Formats: sequence, structure tokens, C-alpha cells
Amino acid sequence: MLKIAKYIILDIIRSKVLIAYTVLLSIICLSILMADADVTKGLVSITTVVMIIVPLVSIVYATTYYFNTYEFTELLVSQPVSRTDILAGKFIGIGTAILAAFVIGVGFPVVLFAFSVTGLMLMVTGSLLTLSFISLAFLASTVTRDKAKGIGLSLMIWFYCSIIFDGIVLLFLFSFSDYPLEKALIVLTALNPIDLARILILLQLDISALMGYTGALYQSFFGSGYGMVFSLLMQLIWIIVPLWLALRIFKRKDL
Amino acid sequence: MALIEISNLEKSFGKLAVLKRISCSFEQGCIVSILGPNASGKTTLIKSILGMVIPDSGEILFRGQPVINTFAYKKHIGYMPQTGCYPDNIKIGQLFNMMQDIRRPYPDLDTGLIKLFGLEAMYQKRMGVLSGGTRQKVSAALAFMFNPDVLILDEPTAGLDPVAAEQLKEKIREEKSRGKLILVTSHIMSEVDEIADTVLYLFEGQIKFYKPLSVLKAETGEEKLGKALTKILK
Repeated sequence: MLKIAKYIILDIIRSKVLIAYTVLLSIICLSILMADADVTKGLVSITTVVMIIVPLVSIVYATTYYFNTYEFTELLVSQPVSRTDILAGKFIGIGTAILAAFVIGVGFPVVLFAFSVTGLMLMVTGSLLTLSFISLAFLASTVTRDKAKGIGLSLMIWFYCSIIFDGIVLLFLFSFSDYPLEKALIVLTALNPIDLARILILLQLDISALMGYTGALYQSFFGSGYGMVFSLLMQLIWIIVPLWLALRIFKRKDL
Repeated sequence: MALIEISNLEKSFGKLAVLKRISCSFEQGCIVSILGPNASGKTTLIKSILGMVIPDSGEILFRGQPVINTFAYKKHIGYMPQTGCYPDNIKIGQLFNMMQDIRRPYPDLDTGLIKLFGLEAMYQKRMGVLSGGTRQKVSAALAFMFNPDVLILDEPTAGLDPVAAEQLKEKIREEKSRGKLILVTSHIMSEVDEIADTVLYLFEGQIKFYKPLSVLKAETGEEKLGKALTKILK
């Protein structure tokens, strides 16, 4: 498992895309942090950007890489290696590489300019978000048979999480506005890894008052230790469940 | 006891039944040639033995042990695919090292083919820039490298130059004399005639016949396999 991961990491390090991603992240973070004297505002801006770019790059890159090394997977399956080890090795390899890009690209500027609990929270949730979108990429890759469909499905997932989901929540709020929705909203939030990450960071910033009554409710739930554990756990579930499903499919797949 | 035993193997892709209740067994020290028209299920049969395709029903036994959904038995198998596809960025030398790393622990390495094909001089070349023939050489070298008991060769000489093809055939015969089982698919009849001692003919997912070459020739009264085949299939 770790051997496979090792060779994948060695292969990815040579790819220019990942280096470009690291540079892009650090340029964005540096320019935002240097342009604004207020670190908190800078972190909010970074959060907004990170919540769009990180899932998109993670899911598209992981899917593309999965299909580009399809022949390598075939080769491995004919060797005395279990399919679980092959898929897990791929996940560890790709995950480590993209995660390293994120940690270097965002972590470096944040540690330099905005080293705080909030900055740390941004790093932790961003890392979990990266891993959950790689996990989703694996699911999309094993469900489909060809590259175009796989990438299409990945983009759909990203589109759902970053745009469509908000629309659904608004529609839900609007149509059931006569009922108390606070608890339901918390459950709804758990259905989207991006929202989970965003809320965790924003609540650290103490600007939830701007979000009105719901914000206050979020603050009392997600801001508490209990709520934080809940949302971190939910993020972990978003990593484990898609990967587990992908593994189940991969074990029964014809190559 | 047969080395590989297949019983009632069935596989379909969607509505298309590719293998229809196939049963056969392969002994040690044999070169079995798997023949059949295109889409007769040759590659699916091979891939089932390798665990790359998971059969719908039936059983595959390796030394009496059922092997579907297991992987440990693959250390006794060397596989040379029809078209060897490898990661583009990797160099030949790295590929060999990687496979050795992944298959560790392994018995003595057999580097005969690497020397024969002169691959050592190309260790620094990337897989992506290699010609089809060189890739075939790399695949062949990989298949024989770990001294496996079973060699599965899918169209081994297609794309190889005449000298390399001859060298590979010689190697196949040599491994046979050391008691190994070799499964070969090929469309070149003269080649099958030369190396195989048993022919397994697949047609539309079923075994049409599975006979020693000599019996086949005696039954039809033909000297050449190609002619014998056309006579039987008429």
C-alpha cells in the first residue's frame, strides 16, 4: 500500500500542474494578506477563495490522475497486490501530494502573516476539505468507465457542493419559513462538506452576529466544543464514506 | 493435480455473454495455445485467471485452491499484456525496480530476457518515448523476471522484430522444459505450430475443442496447424 503511494508521489512531484497550484494558492494568500492590514478580513477573503479553488482543483486533479494512470492500475491488479491496497495506495499517494500543495501554498503565508487559531482552523478544515474532495473524486472515477464521464461527474459534484446546494437551502428556507428550521438547518449543513468547512472558519472569526438569528444558533451549536467535534466528525465522514464506496465498487470492477 | 483448474466459468458484459460455462484444466510443463476468432473470449478468459475480470459464476482453482477475489496466487504468475501500457514518466530501470519492490519477497530474478533484448542500455529512457516493439520487450522481460510457475502471454510476438521474436520463442521453450505452464494467445498459426503442444479453441465463449497438437493433426491428416484448423472448422 505504502509502496504504491510512494511511486505515485514520486510521479506527481514531477507534474507541473501541482506546482502551479501551490504557487497560485500562495500568490492569492500573500496578495490578500499584504493588501489588507486587517488580518481577520484577510482570512475571510482567503476562506472565500479557498472554498472555491481547493475543492475544484482537488476533485478535478485527482480524477484526471486516476484515469491517466489507469494502465498502471491494470498492471498492479495482475500483480500479487490486493485491490484494497491498490486503491488505498492511490488515495494516500494522490492525497499526500495535493495536501502538501495546499499546506505549503496556504500554510506558508498564513503562518507568516496571520498565525492565529483562526488561521490554524483554516488549515485544518482546508486539509479535511481537500481529502474529502479527493475521496469524492475516487468515487466518481470508480463509478464511471471513461475519463470524460469521470471528470464530468466530478465537476457536477463540485457544482452541487459550491453552487446548487446553496440554492436548495434557500428554497428550503423560503418554502418552510413558517416552521422552526434551526435544527433542520444544522442537519442540512452537514450534507455539504464545503459548508461545514466554511461555517467552522467563520465562527472562529466571531462575525456570526452578521448572520442574524441563524448565525447565533450556529454560534451556539458549532461554536461550542460539542458542535466543533460534530462538524469535524462530519468532515471525516465525508472523507471515509465516498472512499469506502469507491473501494466496494473497485473490488468488483472488471479492468 | 492440475495447476490451474477452471470449472463452469461464466462472464457477461451487460447482455453480451462472453464466457459460457467454460471448464478446462492446465497442467505443468505444457504450452497451451488459446485460439479463437476475435471476440471469442480469449482475453476475458486470461483476465479472469489473472483476477482482472471478476467472473459472474464458476470457479478457478490454482493448485486446488479457489482464487477468485484473492491475490496471493499471482506471485506465481507472470503476465505479458497484449499492449503494454505503463506510466509515461517512468524510466525502464525505475519500472523494473518498482515491480521488484512491489513483488518483494521474490525468488531469484531471471534477467535473461533483459540481457538478450539489450534493455540495460536503455534503463534511462522514459516509457513514454519507447516504440511499440520496445514496450513489448519490456513487458516480456517483466513477465519472465520473477521466475513464475505460470506464464500468460497475450500475443507475445506481435510487434517484435524477427530476431527478438525468435529469442522469445526460444525462451518460452526453455521455460517449458523447466516444468512451467505457459498460456499463449496468438493469431500467427506458424508460430503456434512451432511452440504449442496443446490447442484450446474458443468460439463464441465456449470451448470448441481442447486437444494436443499431434492428435489434431492426426485426426485431420494435415501437416500444418492452419490447414488442420480450417478443415475442422469447416
